[in-house]
Order: sequence, then C-alpha cells, then structure tokens
Amino acid sequence: MTKTAERLAEVAVHPVQAPPPAGDGRRRRLTDQARAYGFLLGGLVCFALFSWYPAIRAVVIAFQKYTPGSDPEWVGTANFTRVWHDPEFTAAWRNTLTFTLLALLIGFAIPFVMALVLNELRHAKAFFRVVVYLPVMIPPVVSALLWKWFYDPGAGLANEALRFLHLPTSNWSNGADTALVSLVIVATWANMGGTVLIYLAALQSIPGELYEAAELDGANLLQRIRHVTIPQTRFVILMLMLLQIIATMQVFTEPFVITGGGPENATVTVLYLIYKYAFLYNDFGGACALSVMLLLLLGAFSAVYLRLTRSGEGDAA
Amino acid sequence: MSTRTLVSPAALARPRGKAAYWTVFTTVVALFALAFLFPVYWMVTGAMKSPDEVTRTPPTLLPEQWHLGGYTDAWDLMQLPQHLWNTVVQAAGAWAFQLVLCTAAAYALSRLNPAFGKVILGGILATLMVPAQALVVPKYLTVADLGLLNDPLAIWLPAVANAFNLYLLKRFFDQIPRDVLEAAEMDGAGKLRVLWSIVLPMSRPVLGVVSIFALVAVWQDFLWPLMVFSDTDKQPIGVALVQLSQNIQLTVLIAAMVIASIPMVALFLVFQRHIVAGISAGSTKG
Repeated sequence: MTKTAERLAEVAVHPVQAPPPAGDGRRRRLTDQARAYGFLLGGLVCFALFSWYPAIRAVVIAFQKYTPGSDPEWVGTANFTRVWHDPEFTAAWRNTLTFTLLALLIGFAIPFVMALVLNELRHAKAFFRVVVYLPVMIPPVVSALLWKWFYDPGAGLANEALRFLHLPTSNWSNGADTALVSLVIVATWANMGGTVLIYLAALQSIPGELYEAAELDGANLLQRIRHVTIPQTRFVILMLMLLQIIATMQVFTEPFVITGGGPENATVTVLYLIYKYAFLYNDFGGACALSVMLLLLLGAFSAVYLRLTRSGEGDAA
Repeated sequence: MSTRTLVSPAALARPRGKAAYWTVFTTVVALFALAFLFPVYWMVTGAMKSPDEVTRTPPTLLPEQWHLGGYTDAWDLMQLPQHLWNTVVQAAGAWAFQLVLCTAAAYALSRLNPAFGKVILGGILATLMVPAQALVVPKYLTVADLGLLNDPLAIWLPAVANAFNLYLLKRFFDQIPRDVLEAAEMDGAGKLRVLWSIVLPMSRPVLGVVSIFALVAVWQDFLWPLMVFSDTDKQPIGVALVQLSQNIQLTVLIAAMVIASIPMVALFLVFQRHIVAGISAGSTKG
C-alpha cells in the first residue's frame, strides 16, 4: 500500500512525459540490449564454461561412473561409498584438518605478533614491508623445492641449524610424525607476507586516543594489547582466519612437490587425493565425489565470509 | 608526524625506552634478514657452488669458487628459455583476455543495464563461494572436451572467469559520475568510445591492480598447468621444474629455481609501492 502511495507521489511530482512512439522505443531498447550483451558476451561465455558448468558437472559426475571417451553410467552413491572406504580418505581429511589447524596456530599468531612489533618501529618501514613480502613473490613451486632442499636429512640447512644450536636433528619432511608440521612451516613462510601487511593496515587504523586513554587509566602494554588492539582489529582477524581456513584446506603444491603425500600417507591432503583419483586411478567419478565434499565444506566457510564482509561494509558506510 | 601507537612517544623518548626500542629494532632486522633474506641468499649462492660443495657438511657460507656453470647449465639443459617463454605467453594471454573481456563485461553490468543484469552479477558473485581448487577436475574435463589440452587457451579462457577482478572493475566503474559519461554521449560518442576514451583512462589505478593480480596468479599457479599441459614442451616453468627436479644435479636445479623466481621478484621490486599499498588498502575495506 505504501509502495503504491509512494509511486503516486512520485508521479505527482514528476509528471510522466509523453511516451515516445512505441515502435521506435522498443527498437531502441532492443539495440541497447544487443549492445549491452555484446559487451557482456565474452565474459559470460567464460563464466558459463569454466565456472557455472563445472560446478554443476562436479555434482553430476559424482553420481556417475565416468571415464573420458566412454559413455557415463549412473551409479547412484557408489562413488561416495567407495571413496569413503578408501583408507587414504580418512588420512587425507585428517591431514588436511590438522594442516589447517596447525596453519592457524603457527601461521596466524606469528604474523599478528610481527605486525604488532613492526607497527611500533619508526625506522626502515619500507625495508620490512618489502622483505616480509618477498617470499610471497617467489613462485610456490620454487619455495617448495627450496624447503625440500633445506629439509634434506644429510646436508639440509634445517638440520645444520639445529646442529649449530646443539639441538637434536629432525627428520623434517621425511619423518611420518614431523612431515605435516614441516609443510606448515613452508606454507607459513611463503604466505605470511600478505597477512602481515593486512594486519599492519588494520593496526594503523586504530585511533591513537584509545591507547592514550587506556594508558591514562593505568593499562600496561599487555593490557593495552588485550583491551584496545585486539578488539579494534577483531573484524580483520576473523576475516583473515576464515580466508586462511579456505586457502589452507586446498593445499596441494607443498605435499605434491616436497613429500609426494608420504611418508606413509602422512601428508596426503584432500586436494591431493582428488588429483590422484583423477590422474592416477582415472576415476573421475570418485574425484568429483571428493570435490563435492570439499566444495560443500568450504562453500559454507566462504558463505560466512562473504556475509561478514558485506555486513562489515554496511557498518563502514 | 606519526600517529600514536601501542607505545607512547614519551615512553620511547626516555633513555630506557630508547634502549628497548633499539634492541627490538636490531633483533627484528636480524630476524627478518635470517628468515626472509637468508633463504634467498642461500639459493642464489648455492647455485654457484660446485656440486660437491653444495652437499658438504658443515656448509660453506660463501662459495669457495664462484661457478656460473650452474646457471648456464640450467639455461641449456633444462630448456629454460622454452619454459620461460611458455610462461610469458600464458601469463600475457591471461592478462590480455582478462583485461579485455572482464572490463567489457564489468562496463556492461555497471553502465549498460542489460536485462537480467542483476541475475548475471549474482551468478558471478556466487562463484566467489566456490573454492577454486574444488572445481579443477570438472573444469579439466570441460577443457578436454573443448580440445584445449596443451593449448594456452586452457589458461587464458578460464582466467577470464575471475569474479573478484570483475567485481573490482564493476565497483570502480559504478563510481564514475554519470554526468561525465552523459556529456560524452551528448557529444555523440558511442558506448565503446565512452569506454575507451573516458572510462578506461579514469580507471588506470584499478586496471593496474587487476593487471598485477592477473599476472601473478598465472605465474604462481601450479596445479592447473600441471593438469592441462602434459606435453613437456608446452609446460610453464613451474611445472617443468618439478618434472625435471628428479634427475638433475642439485646446483643446476637451484640455478633454475633462481631463474624461475627472477621475473616475479623483479616485478615486485619495480611495483612494490603499488602492490603493498594495494594489499593494505584492499584489506581494511574487505
């Protein structure tokens, strides 16, 4: 009802002009549309072929026996049960979740502390920013190969460092119980530059008066961090945490290059298993069943993330 | 004039504060050098050691003799010019396709009111919720059906389906004042002309950001090119490095790793101001 009233008021204020001759207007609208779609076409085709269609196809193939070259055959949930009973399935999910958790513990706390310290430094700011971001620009394959060399049990730099400090050496990526942590270290080293820079930006947006007020109230350094810094950056922390979960659960390059999933399946991740199903076992049904599982789980995280960024933008505006 | 941070300027001015500041500063410099610069140094010099020196324990900090053989061998034996060229072609094509098609689509969605524009934009934004790697297998099958395996188009075309970049462009175009575009149209400029002569020149900053994102994404990707380029001669440098890493001398492999890193690191050093600013600015606004 109010809608109609509004519309009436609108008409009253802006009387509708005489409509243009119908035929001409429609033709113009048609050419406008044709032009708009001319601009849209290329992008639309690419999205259709490489985003929308594969998303639907993943779900379809998950219920089929699919080998390229022969006709697909409907098999119901057979792919899901087969994949589920694969011993590697449990290992892959356990490893992926452990990797994500470790990445949160190691790869999350360290950049925050780093940003906190860097924000206090008054000199050589540009140097720190460039240096911390340098590993991000090194191709991930190169970082993986570099660390594979560092982890070498014989002449690797990692054990050399431990020997230098008179600490016991480790098997690093070659030991079943240390391999996953070793990969988390590589991933953290390679990616934390971006996180540090984002935290720095967030820290710089904290109003200085808050610290001043807290200090006048007698808050010491740790109390200021706890009651000013962390609440003020809470939103960014949450965002980055979600992003990191989404990113680390798709880890592939490090296990593929450094450990090949070993030793004893200790570093097989979900994405690695998807790759194996498709390219080693030629079992695209199984690969798609796994993809759908990963998609559902991570899609939920992404949905929360997008929801929060949207509402965050609303707050800022 | 810097703003007040965790530690007050007054506390820093006191002798004890000064001492603490310089201790922390020196520690951080040392730590950063050790954690981020030293591995890179180790890689660059490792390639110049002799094959036995590189595997020796304890290791040497400086090569006893500087060999450039590692680098020249890598260049020749691993066919690096070929693989680097492949990477350049793949990255440049992905950049060009993305810039042309995403810009056109973003312009249409932002300014030309296509029918179902909202639905299309919704569909594009929905892809942000789909983790990229979860779709590589069906995407691979689609590329295979289209006969694009071992073809650079397998990199170029999927790169266009980048919701993030498209949305970035659309939002930027949305902010351009209507009057400016209407004035141009009044002067008889067509839609393409408006895009080319008015919108694009105004959008330089966002085009720069999108360009850097596009180039870096292709250069750094591993799984997708590993899947679509089974033909060794077509592989980009990252995939080739891993394939060749098994049976090649360590110093040669390390030299190849250094060579593979140079283009991106150089890009970063040249554009670091923009890259760093882009990351910092993009983040706080979400």
